[in-house]
Amino acid sequence: MSELTLLLIRLAFLAVLWFFVIAAVGVIRTDLFGSQTAGAASARKTPKPVKPAAKPKKGEPRQMVVTGGPLQGTTIPLSEATITIGRATESTLVVNDDYASSRHARLFPQDGQWIVEDLGSTNGTYLDRSKVTRPTPVPLGVPIRIGKTVIELRK
Amino acid sequence: MPAKRRVAQLAMLAFAVAIVMFAYANVGLAIDQKIPAGMLGYGLGLGGLMLVAYLVLAKFAPWADPLILPLVTLINGLGLVMIYRLEEAEAFGASASTQLMWTAVGVVMFTVTLIVLRDHRALQRLTYTSGALGLALLVAPLLPFVGKEINGARIWINLGAFSLQPAEFAKLALIVFFAGYLVAKRDVLALAGRRLLFIDLPRARDLGPILIVWGLSLGVLILQKDLGSSLLIFGTFIAMLYVATQRTSWVLIGILLFIGGAILAGMIFEHVHNRFEVFLNPEDPELFQQVGGSEQLMQGLFSLATGKILGTGLGQGHPEMIPLAISDFIFPATGEELGLTGLMALLMLYALLVERGLRTSLAARDPFSKLLAGGLSFILAWQVFIIVGGVTNLIPLTGLVTPFMSQGGSALLANWILIALLVRASDAARQPPPQAIQDEGMTQVFQR
Repeated sequence: MSELTLLLIRLAFLAVLWFFVIAAVGVIRTDLFGSQTAGAASARKTPKPVKPAAKPKKGEPRQMVVTGGPLQGTTIPLSEATITIGRATESTLVVNDDYASSRHARLFPQDGQWIVEDLGSTNGTYLDRSKVTRPTPVPLGVPIRIGKTVIELRK
Repeated sequence: MPAKRRVAQLAMLAFAVAIVMFAYANVGLAIDQKIPAGMLGYGLGLGGLMLVAYLVLAKFAPWADPLILPLVTLINGLGLVMIYRLEEAEAFGASASTQLMWTAVGVVMFTVTLIVLRDHRALQRLTYTSGALGLALLVAPLLPFVGKEINGARIWINLGAFSLQPAEFAKLALIVFFAGYLVAKRDVLALAGRRLLFIDLPRARDLGPILIVWGLSLGVLILQKDLGSSLLIFGTFIAMLYVATQRTSWVLIGILLFIGGAILAGMIFEHVHNRFEVFLNPEDPELFQQVGGSEQLMQGLFSLATGKILGTGLGQGHPEMIPLAISDFIFPATGEELGLTGLMALLMLYALLVERGLRTSLAARDPFSKLLAGGLSFILAWQVFIIVGGVTNLIPLTGLVTPFMSQGGSALLANWILIALLVRASDAARQPPPQAIQDEGMTQVFQR
């Protein structure tokens, strides 16, 4: 085996190794911006939504972000499904907080906007500064407080 | 909503196995001038194993992160190639077939963990059980008859034909314990206390847990002479405490306790003192000559220097000159043959793996999963830092395995289980929120 061949193999191996790293970063990149790609893909797959109201409008929130409390940083993508929040393990967002009830509150979409409803919690749910007493629409970027956890809806 | 990305996962997995086969071919071409006879066997063996792991993953954890398995496969495969290469050079104790066998057992443990453990949050109920289990595993080597001392460290237990390092499994049990414990106690650790200057100090009576873990890791250091595990356990606890409470003062207290412990141990114990001496003056000829002196470290550094930027090429260096190149010093051995370029790629693989773990922790929807995933990925990163820092003389050398690369069954098994737990947590975190009954109008059924 000539020196030159071995040199070429050596360089090729290092290149391939780095190519793997770059490919892995590529997978992560599509994953990071995945909310749009995945959404677009599913929109393309389903020919036409059954409900005419399901077409996403421009100002509609896409995700729910936890902005305060122990779960800070968690995001949950919004779909048509109701999001439940509480200490119960079957909740969508499980908060481990002495000030939260096991079924504390839920968020559900209605006529193109998201509604927050308190499910009879002990310490209450707050939308901005006011206590939620009946199902209330949630504007974009307004904090909802549940115990020590703060969440908001974002595009 | 994250997609499942199964195709990307399979492609990356095939790519990883292909790179490993390429490396085998490269070793054979350089040493014997021909493609090694074992290449197909090793390549197909590894490929078959990974296919099984992939299928189990697709069935039992379909939403899991697509990169974790390919990254681990490549690191494990590169480790196999290096051990094969050292075996060819007749390095002491190197056996690629044993390592491949342990990899197979590791993958089996990975799949079994995934199949048996459908919801990792079940582990939260076993908080104190796993704490006790971790302690028992740590103590096991000290017991007479069962325990065994190899190379000056009493960290082995005898199981008939082969011996195990229970500390590797203890660290998993302890992480589960730390996560469960901190979820329950985080409030008191995070909120009580008073402010001094610009740091929130905890109350004196809340120092209990940190002091206990400190005592535990000192105990490991003193009784088992195992510097690495001691540092690993304590560091991981501090990191998880910080993640749980977001309080800097815990990190400061941890570092102070650690420095105190290290100075104390350095003064009292010969073997710790010796490590410090080697760290400070590795080039001292007297230390170089001494048994258990700086020769190993210096040979590792010579290896890295020989490798330069592009390395000598696989099979063309002399990594077998480093004592114990198969276990603690596999990193400089790889560095000699792949050079700085290869080492950086290798470190990137670890970094990406840890990043995927931390991402899982960030995306997790309940505190226990957050702490568990955070702890598991931190311990991987911390372990790589301790051993790579040690062999490059950035920090005093402590005997730890390089995860997935070093030869050794216990570590490989434990790390594959660790990856299974991480994959399980990632599957739960990336799953879309449970869908309520859809396409049935606006009515929703609630069961009470």
